[in-house]
Formats: sequence, structure tokens, C-alpha cells
Amino acid sequence: MRIVVCVKHVPDLQSERAFDAEGRVVRVGGEGTLNELDENALQVAADLVAEQGGEVIAVTVGPAAAADAVRRAFQRGADRGVHVVDDAIAGSDVFGTAVCLAAAIRRLGAEAPVDLVLTGMAALDGLTSMLPAALAAELGLPQLTLAARLTVADGVATVRRDLDNATETLTAPLPAVISVTDQINEPAFPSFQGIMAARKKTVEAWSLADLSVDPTAVGAAGARTRVVEATPRPARVHRILIADDGEAGRRLAEYLIENKLV
Amino acid sequence: MTTMTTLTSPVLVLIDHHAGAVRPPTLELLTLARAAGDVTALWFGDGLDGALPLLAEYGATSACQVVIDSPVANAMHLPAVAAEAIAAAVRQSDAALVLLTSTFENKEIGVLLAREIDAGIVVDANGVTVAADGAVETTQSAFAGTWTVRTQIATTRAVVAIKPNSIPAEPAPSSTAPGVVTVSLTPSGDALRTRIVERSERVATGRPELAEAQIVIAGGRGTNGDFSAIEELADLLGAAVGATRVATDEGWIDHTAQIGQTGVTIAPKLYIGAGLSGAVHHTGGMQSSGTIVAVNGDPEAPIFEIADFGIVGDLFTVLPQLSAELRARLG
Repeated sequence: MRIVVCVKHVPDLQSERAFDAEGRVVRVGGEGTLNELDENALQVAADLVAEQGGEVIAVTVGPAAAADAVRRAFQRGADRGVHVVDDAIAGSDVFGTAVCLAAAIRRLGAEAPVDLVLTGMAALDGLTSMLPAALAAELGLPQLTLAARLTVADGVATVRRDLDNATETLTAPLPAVISVTDQINEPAFPSFQGIMAARKKTVEAWSLADLSVDPTAVGAAGARTRVVEATPRPARVHRILIADDGEAGRRLAEYLIENKLV
Repeated sequence: MTTMTTLTSPVLVLIDHHAGAVRPPTLELLTLARAAGDVTALWFGDGLDGALPLLAEYGATSACQVVIDSPVANAMHLPAVAAEAIAAAVRQSDAALVLLTSTFENKEIGVLLAREIDAGIVVDANGVTVAADGAVETTQSAFAGTWTVRTQIATTRAVVAIKPNSIPAEPAPSSTAPGVVTVSLTPSGDALRTRIVERSERVATGRPELAEAQIVIAGGRGTNGDFSAIEELADLLGAAVGATRVATDEGWIDHTAQIGQTGVTIAPKLYIGAGLSGAVHHTGGMQSSGTIVAVNGDPEAPIFEIADFGIVGDLFTVLPQLSAELRARLG
């Protein structure tokens, strides 16, 4: 199995997250980390390769600091890592990002067939969950999204997914694009050996020219949406904090009735 | 602020329905769509006739019955097939804007649709307007509700997915008499490479759906698996019951009750969290709630940093007292 795992460098959830004047997410070096939900995808890949043999290749798109996501993927068992990096990529929408990832995956596929493309269910910055389907369409591959369970056998992937109103079991022939939820496994912490081995690996940097991608098709130039304004939400005011003195439940009832909340 | 106008081409609204009933968030979409242009309601599957009076009340000027012409089981439920069908409806009606509710399923359909019709897409929006120059603009909250973002869609066509509880749904000033048209679609071979081999619809709990509820009562580790005080309050207020990842992982409550970044994102009028600390994984899914109430024994719990009304106390004494008092006063 040759598995590509798409990973993303995102602002740390515990950090002060913000937009810049251009309406883009501030991506300051050092404040970012590997998107936590990508750890599930990397674990799935590591487990599949441990079971069936093969290779795991981590691929990311983003500015210079994003290479950190690939290095963290090395610690979690990725054998090889690719960073698509180019100034023209800044400001890409989901379609632009899909074009860049697809170009990198096609180039990897030209070296040797790729059997599976895995992603997390969402990136914890934008949380839109749109990329997996956009990437599958860009690659012309079937997609299986939100997998809570996954089995791969005889060239067919089978997943179970839980939607708002239904639970489904789906199948697709390989190669396919599959996004996995945080229900699928419990990612292992990187081992000491994994961390040491990661230090010896190099992140391969590929530009748009390397991938023959038209720079005007991606980035802000190619984006179909544009953030025109981003403002921090005002803090909540008139907040009340009390310790229960035996009357707190009644005081809360009073508050809810007074404010017409019940 | 920009001047608002309406679109000259129709607005398509995908109607979510389950067990024969139109899902309440869809009525919010119809309310928003009316302000943007002429509304066509898109209906997949059976049951459109029964829903027509409601669609008329909310101002749909026409209804489009989508028929999937395929022997493949559950073909209608494949996102790639649904996207092809909606794209066909867009082409047939020359629609400029498609509105969907922002569920995981619809977001997937939306992005495939947008790609197919060369549209820009915004999901998880809480508002949509048409600017003076005809461009579609959206608002949404970002970074766990700490930022508000306004986005312009640069393409002629736009796809927007709206979160439940974004606006109050309001019937149209005068009811319409929507005509029904049919769009029949034979799915492409590519769209049918993925197959749904098994599909079981979830049984209703009798309580409101978590994402749609006006009031949500949530419990976490501090419940120790005992949700009785939470359920009592929820039933009294007609509220939905939610939980943290810890509570669902422990098996204390079904996974579908999980509020948070990887579970259900909620924005009810009132949120009451009991016995939960307020880890970012949870608050990321509820911070847009109108009023936030927290009950927790630990005064240092981060949930108190975002609570409008916080009580440091034992949920097993505070909640029953609250329920008793509300029952006495509300009758």
C-alpha cells in the first residue's frame, strides 16, 4: 500500500488565534502545530502499512512554517514528506488548495501508483470539512468521508460513517480519497525512536513550477471567495459568577426567567 | 455596511426532511432566501406534496422535485449524485444562489456542487445578503466564535451553507402557490463508484435535535455517568441533551450527543453546561450560544471564563433545585 496523508499546519488551539488585515489566518512560526485530527489519519496509515506493508507519504501545502506539520508526520511514522510551497499559493480557497495537493499527489503517482489518500475529518482552524471531497473531485477519484471505521481489502475500502440522521456503510474501489474522524482510533504518542528517525528525514519542497500548476489558478488570484472583513467578537459583558450557598439553583431560575430565556 | 438588493435569477433552497417532516433549520433558509430573490425549493425523495403548504407559507415560488434515475440502492444519498442533481437544477433554472443547511453531509454536497457549477462556496455561515453590485456576501463566526468574518463570493454563482439557529424563521408576509417542476438525473458512472451498502436511519429520541434546539443542557465528566438531573431539566424546558467527548467516549451517552469541534456545533439561545470543564474541543462547538450558563465544582474551570452565569457548586444539588424552582414558577 502506498498511502498519501494530507496534513495541515494550523494555529495552536490554545493560542490567541487571529486574522490579519487581508482577512487571512495569521500563521506565525512557533505558534502553529500539526492539525490534531490529522494524527488520526497518520495513525490509520501507520496501522495499514504495519499490517499490509508499504509506504506513508505526508503532503502539505502552505507557507514556510507549514513544513513543521510534515516533520511532525515523520515522528508519527511517515516515511517521506512533501511540502508544496510557493508565494503564489497564499490566499487559496478550498479549490486552490485541492489543485496544489492534487498536483503533488499526481507527481507521486507518476513515480509509483498511490493506493490511498487519507485526510483528517477537518482542519481545526477553518473547520469546513470541504477539502477531502474537493480533492477527490480534483483527482478524479471516489471519496469516502467521515470514516469512523475503515477496512481495506482486495482493492476495496469499506467505511462506516455516522451522519445526523443515519449511519451508513460505504464502499469504494481503490485508489480513493478517505477522510477519517477522531472516532477511528486513538493516535499513539510519537516514540523516542520515531522522534530520532524523524530528525534524519528531509522535507521535499515542491514549487508550483515543479508541479506545472498555473499560479493564477490558485492563491488569492484564483480564489472564488474573499474575506472582506474580520473583526474580533466583543467580550461577553455583565457576567455573573457565584458560589453555591444553597440558593444558587433558585437564583439561576430567577435569572433565566428575568431574561426570558425559558 | 453595503446596500442590500435582490438577485434577478432564482435562489435554490435544498429542503432537508426526515421521516416526512421538513427540518426546522430549512425554514431559516427559506426566510433568508426570500430576501435574496425568487425561491425554488429543491426536494429529494418522496413526500413533497405533504410539505407544499409549509413551503408556500414560507414563500417558495416554485418547488423542484428531484428524481434520481438509477437502479443503484441509496443513490440519492450519495453526495456526488446529489451534487450532480442540484447542478442540473441550477442549469435548468439558471439559479445564481444555492442555500443548504450546514450539516457535514450538505457541506460535502455543497463543495462538489460548487466545483461542478464554477461557484464560490461558504459553509457554516450565519447570514447571507446580496450586495448592491449583485455579489453574494456571507457572515460567519470563526475561531470558536471569537471572530466575525464577512466574505464576498466573487463568482456569478454562489453556494452557501447556513448553520441552524442563525436567524428566527418567519413565514412570508403572504403565502405563495408554488408550481412543481421535476428534474430527472441519471447519475454519472464516476458518481456511482462509491456505494452505500447499508443505511439505517436514526430513531428520533423525542427530544429536539441537538443542532436545532433553542435550549441545550450538556453534561461532562462531572456527571460521572449520571445524566438524570440533566435529562429532568431538559424535559422540563423542551431542551436537547448534549455532552462532552469524555462523556460519549465513556459510553454514558450516545456519540451523536457530542458537542464540539468534531461533534455537533450548536448555537442555541440558552446553553447550560454541568460538570464539564470547558476544554477548547468542547467550547469550540458551543461558544456562539446566546447565553452560557455553567455549573462546576472547580472554580478554576475554563468554562467560567466564557459563562454569562457561572455557579461554583455541585450539579446534583444545583440542577434539581433549578428544575423544582422553574416547575413551581412556570407552572
